Amino acid sequence: MSAHEIEIILSRQLADSLTVPVFIVNPEGTLIFYNEPAEEVLGEKFEDTGPMPVNVWGTSFFPQDEDGKDLAPEELPLVQTIKNKVPAHKTFWIKALNGKYTKISVTSIPIIGRSKKFSGAMAIFWNNDFIG
Amino acid sequence: MKVKLHGTRGAYPTSTLNNQTYGGNTPCIEIINGKERIIVDAGTGILGIDFDTFYKNDRIDILLTHLHMDHIQGLAFCKPFFNPNKEVHIWGPGGSPESLQARLNRFLSPPLFPIPLRDIPSNLIVEELPNTTFTIGNFVITAEYISHPGPTVGFRIQCGSKTITYMPDHEPVIGKEHLFPEDDWVSGFRLAHQSDLLIHDSQYSKKEYMNKVGWGHSSLEIAAEFCSRTAAKRLLLFHHDPAHSDDERTQMFKNFMKKTNYNFPIELAVQGDEIEV
Repeated sequence: MSAHEIEIILSRQLADSLTVPVFIVNPEGTLIFYNEPAEEVLGEKFEDTGPMPVNVWGTSFFPQDEDGKDLAPEELPLVQTIKNKVPAHKTFWIKALNGKYTKISVTSIPIIGRSKKFSGAMAIFWNNDFIG
Repeated sequence: MKVKLHGTRGAYPTSTLNNQTYGGNTPCIEIINGKERIIVDAGTGILGIDFDTFYKNDRIDILLTHLHMDHIQGLAFCKPFFNPNKEVHIWGPGGSPESLQARLNRFLSPPLFPIPLRDIPSNLIVEELPNTTFTIGNFVITAEYISHPGPTVGFRIQCGSKTITYMPDHEPVIGKEHLFPEDDWVSGFRLAHQSDLLIHDSQYSKKEYMNKVGWGHSSLEIAAEFCSRTAAKRLLLFHHDPAHSDDERTQMFKNFMKKTNYNFPIELAVQGDEIEV
């Protein structure tokens, strides 16, 4: 019987109450939850997709750098946080389902609970169109 | 295996005539298997334990779910503490920059208590709960962090083929009417899964809960939904609000039961009751 650690469950509760997109991944990088605002980024509902491995979600919104070059999953902050267990931040472009490119900033943090075990990571996405 | 309920009241002890049915002592239960006993939580209920009769062994084990006052306030006056021939093991959650001993010492030291923990006459052994299953005699115990402010664990205690789950302070979902639909997103799920007896927080009515979101406690409705979801076989509603008279609590329970149709027994915990599992 599997169950998430309490700090992951509470992260989902937080994500559930935020209006910014939030992704939560497990230590393997599998996307185990994203909130409703994040559904707009991915273009799919969590209840439809369920958990997604990193090679699926890491490419599904076509991340690109400032020069229009595709970003590999390992260049994404959330994947870096999973690998290095430290916070990461990056600003880059994504292609929405309607074909429109959007500049976003992503900050990811490791989730390490009271048991001091690395339980996963959480990323918050900021749409730069709405900043300032 | 048996459970004896020495304290079922949450928050603070009460001694009014209106609180005698369910009892006024704060949380403490004893899990009994033949001559083996462990104590879980040390609210004022612990003062009702007959240590002279039932604890003739040198060793006594007290497990703490967390350090909120209602769960430790009986500790200071617990009889074996003052017996130099006793070895008292206190097990409680770590998960804080300060050690468990240092956190307990904040309460068990002047000016709140006349003597510091180090001067307690018994041989006191403070043990931070391991993040794994461990054993005390024939009891197989799993402690896991659950949703409640501050480091707080619930316990799953197995002995032979029977299991008791104790979660006196628990808010498995915060500010929502129902648990998350996926089992692995429910706080404490593993601890309670298919337990023979679930002793669970139920401090509030559904309506009261909406004004107490994030305080770390459950409504009767959420406690029952949690029991149903985890397929626990029997639910004991625990941690009665001291602000409720017993009549109010009984009425709240009756109103709740009228609206539910669960296929497992649900009862209000009564101080002094001994329950065979």
